[in-house]
Amino acid sequence: MNYDSLLNDKIKNIKPSGIRKFFDILEEMTDAISLGIGEPDFVTPWHIRDAGIYSLEKGHTKYTSNAGMLELRREIARYMSRRFDLHYEHAGQILVTVGGSEAIDLSLRVLLNPRDEVIIPVPSFVCYGPLTEMAGGVPVYVELKGENQFRLTPEQLKAAITPKTKVLVLPFPSNPTGGIMERNDLEGIAEVLKDTNIMVLSDEIYAELTYGQRHVSMANLPEMYERTIVVNGFSKSHAMTGWRMGYVCAPKPVIAAMTKLHQFGIMSAPTTSQYAAVEAMRNGDGDIANMCEEYDSRRRYLVENLNRIGLECFEPKGAFYVFPCIKSTGLTSEEFCQQFLMEEKVAVIPGNAFGPGGEGYVRACYASSMKDIAEAVSRMDNFLTNLRRRQGK
Amino acid sequence: MNSLLELLEQDCTQSHAQLAAQAGMTEQEVKQELERMEKDGTILGYQAIIDWDKVKRETVTALIEVKVVPQSIAGFDRIAQRIYQYDEVESMYLMSGAFDLTVIISGRTLREVAQFVGERLAPIEGVTGTATHFILKKYKEKHLVFGKPEPEERELIFV
Repeated sequence: MNYDSLLNDKIKNIKPSGIRKFFDILEEMTDAISLGIGEPDFVTPWHIRDAGIYSLEKGHTKYTSNAGMLELRREIARYMSRRFDLHYEHAGQILVTVGGSEAIDLSLRVLLNPRDEVIIPVPSFVCYGPLTEMAGGVPVYVELKGENQFRLTPEQLKAAITPKTKVLVLPFPSNPTGGIMERNDLEGIAEVLKDTNIMVLSDEIYAELTYGQRHVSMANLPEMYERTIVVNGFSKSHAMTGWRMGYVCAPKPVIAAMTKLHQFGIMSAPTTSQYAAVEAMRNGDGDIANMCEEYDSRRRYLVENLNRIGLECFEPKGAFYVFPCIKSTGLTSEEFCQQFLMEEKVAVIPGNAFGPGGEGYVRACYASSMKDIAEAVSRMDNFLTNLRRRQGK
Repeated sequence: MNSLLELLEQDCTQSHAQLAAQAGMTEQEVKQELERMEKDGTILGYQAIIDWDKVKRETVTALIEVKVVPQSIAGFDRIAQRIYQYDEVESMYLMSGAFDLTVIISGRTLREVAQFVGERLAPIEGVTGTATHFILKKYKEKHLVFGKPEPEERELIFV
């Protein structure tokens, strides 16, 4: 078989992650401290797991309606209004998806015609570009700057817009930078968008994890509500990554199109997970607060100590990542991460894995135990001291 | 923000620097606060939670329900004091409900525990009855689950 001629050209052209080599080393090193994986270290709270188990005991093993259980969509509507002052009708404006990832994929596939352009701020999570390409679109990357705390500026956006621009992806709070967009930042972006026909795909999976202020969504701006797709999910807020529970809220025609595609590709999101999700929405606000407080403690420790040992690190106000600048070491992101891993057995991720703007930075995830974080900092201190000595500084 | 006490309750082996960064305090403030709370008895001590089944040390632990003649709280306190002074007593609480005091004791053997109940506890003036329950297995203590979590095998994912 000539599989090369068999496979779709677009998927063949999508390059595997550029940091494969680094991951190969990491995979071999089983005793390393990993601040590499972007996933809560908490197990899903028991009352939520129990609700999933109970639904199985009662025999709820069939498909749900395509858009997701009515009960769940009602709860999501209440939750969005309670937590974020965002108002959506459970009938027609909310679709329950297999993780936030499916929602992102669906959004791009129902919006894009061939060669439509999608503006993607980078560094950011790696899925937007490849999913855009598979949907026939063209990714247009905008490099966010450390000096702007990795926010998207109206000037950057304006410069990236062409007559072909269809979608702006807004991935805030950000993986990998921990940066957020505050209301006035969003207003600047809205000002640029208001006379265009561009849709905003707002990936708000980290919306519950902000420190010092509540998350503001692009859809909170009255004039932006009708042109914003809000993607959210349970993975980060309720430590439910493995349940694959996400949802998307948007204007009715967009949700209708997405539901059509979802119905053919997925049918309905996993039923057990949906029952667990209902419980998470009803009685999970306290869990969110506890986890958020815990992440915040670790965040403060990590930022303070990375700065202390000489890695410049701006204060991330969201998600669970710090994104220190490593340019002072004279190493590239990949060199830094490889050497740090080999010498001190701690894994952090090279910033360039998240797009061109990430070179010169590394991502460390603080959804790890305080003990590991403290140990990682002390090893980082060692590493930097040895490095400076070798470099004759 | 987590309070200093909450952080300590989770893990008291953390350094002053770690505690300070997490609680939003300076190291000096942490040091002073700890000294103050140790002095005024807010912090009683720092102990490890050990799964003794992992090492070969024979112990038995019993929970004893103790009934005493009805009296004022001060009266309960006096009797309680007579009981908890014994080294064998690990924990002790005044209860509402069908009995008055919960006494948790450990000894090396069943016999030792029985002896304590029969010879020390029961004869105390005011104690009208005891019921001894031996602990067969410990599942969880102070939010910590006994036994090791099952190892999870999974390939590296990039998120």
